[in-house]
Amino acid sequence: MRTAAVVGASLAGLSTARALRQQGFDGRLVIVGDEPHRPYDRPPLSKEFLAGKSSDIGLRTPDDEALDFDWRLGTRALSLHPRDRSLQLSNGQTLRCDGVVIATGARARWLPGTEGVNGVHVLRTLDDAIRLRSELVPGAQLVVVGAGFIGAEVASTARYLGADVTVIETESVPLARQLGSEMGLVCAGLHADHGVRLITDVPVKRILGASRVRCVELADGRQIPADVVVVGIGATPNFEWLAGSGLQLADGVVTDAACATGLPEVVAVGDVAASYSVYLHDRHRAEHWTNALEQPLTAAATLLGEPRPHLSAPYFWSDQYGVRIQFAGRRREGDTVRVIEGNTDQRSFLAVYERGDLLVGVLGMNQPKLFSRWRRQLARPVLAP
Amino acid sequence: MIEVCRVAELPPGEAVRVATVDPPIAVFHTEGGELYAVDDTCTHQDASLADGWLEGCTVECPLHASCFDLRTGQPSGPPATKPIRTYPVIVEDGVIRVAYSEVAC
Repeated sequence: MRTAAVVGASLAGLSTARALRQQGFDGRLVIVGDEPHRPYDRPPLSKEFLAGKSSDIGLRTPDDEALDFDWRLGTRALSLHPRDRSLQLSNGQTLRCDGVVIATGARARWLPGTEGVNGVHVLRTLDDAIRLRSELVPGAQLVVVGAGFIGAEVASTARYLGADVTVIETESVPLARQLGSEMGLVCAGLHADHGVRLITDVPVKRILGASRVRCVELADGRQIPADVVVVGIGATPNFEWLAGSGLQLADGVVTDAACATGLPEVVAVGDVAASYSVYLHDRHRAEHWTNALEQPLTAAATLLGEPRPHLSAPYFWSDQYGVRIQFAGRRREGDTVRVIEGNTDQRSFLAVYERGDLLVGVLGMNQPKLFSRWRRQLARPVLAP
Repeated sequence: MIEVCRVAELPPGEAVRVATVDPPIAVFHTEGGELYAVDDTCTHQDASLADGWLEGCTVECPLHASCFDLRTGQPSGPPATKPIRTYPVIVEDGVIRVAYSEVAC
């Protein structure tokens, strides 16, 4: 392999480029990114960066200079042509490459018909965060659509900034799918602790307003006044550009446990990859930060001809209202949950999820030390199929 | 010098966070019996290393798994890229003391 192209200049893309160098690749290494910005870290966009506490979110380090990357920022990959081993780029160039890393991530989903309405935001990119930040002024009436982790973090940050916040959730309990109803309710309780209104069990019908958002209308007819709306209803993988490439596309770019696709010397990593997980015995598209950091080590090895499966248990964290929530493993319907330390009312506890005798998940709220210990028990792929 | 605690109060494998200085420091007692003092806050993102996983002379950040060598303060790899500061530890009369200063050593 003489030339490798990494498509996507975020955590997963940059980490794969670094891993290729660390694992001995000394050929040409081109990184294509559609945003004009250098790679940056996304978790702070809904927290420290949005709150104006930290602007230092760049991922590049002085050590990267020695790795000799050929950057193509502000450039989108339009198509992949495996037969002549090339990428067509939005700047008109055709990039010939022997190896390709697909790391094009995912984009935020909008409520249909709300794109372009002033005051309505999604939060996925640095530019999204900068636009939203300028509108989160004290006294602003913010409506957050979706009580998942992004929605909850935005609500928390906006509250810190002095906004009046309402969160709307379609399900009856937020985060019930990931954490189960019992723990979902504990997380939902954080909103009430901090004077944020949570309205559950009702979908949003439409957003009203002429030149600018005025209110959010719910399916039951209620109208919630809004100066600013943040839509946090999940993300869609960026894989349309790969149509016709011969790659198997499902909920993302399908790969095996070593990030290999069906095409030789094409791997996929991060949010766009629907990878087989040895841990979960299932194909799984993980949108979490730790996955975007760990999968690249596997993907680089595969590209360099030494495939090895990625074994880690899923892990994610969230910071809301000064509370740190950490979860590892995976909960399924029917698993039981048990608080083994601390107290949910105190917002400081450790809970374990069990399937029969098997430990399948660990949830911590403000218990990082205990969580670290328990998470290790999940470190092996032990789940039964 | 900062007085931390008595050696007997910090068993091997444990760490203590000292918040009387800013930024706070963490003192570790390794399974091998050594004592180390370092900055408590991970250089990547706000997390307390005293809450981390101690293995040999290495501590793993509880949030994002960056590992730091307690002897040198150097991170082993991403996401952390900057070292944490290290401080000399002295034990006198069974009491752990740290030579804390604003300047890295």
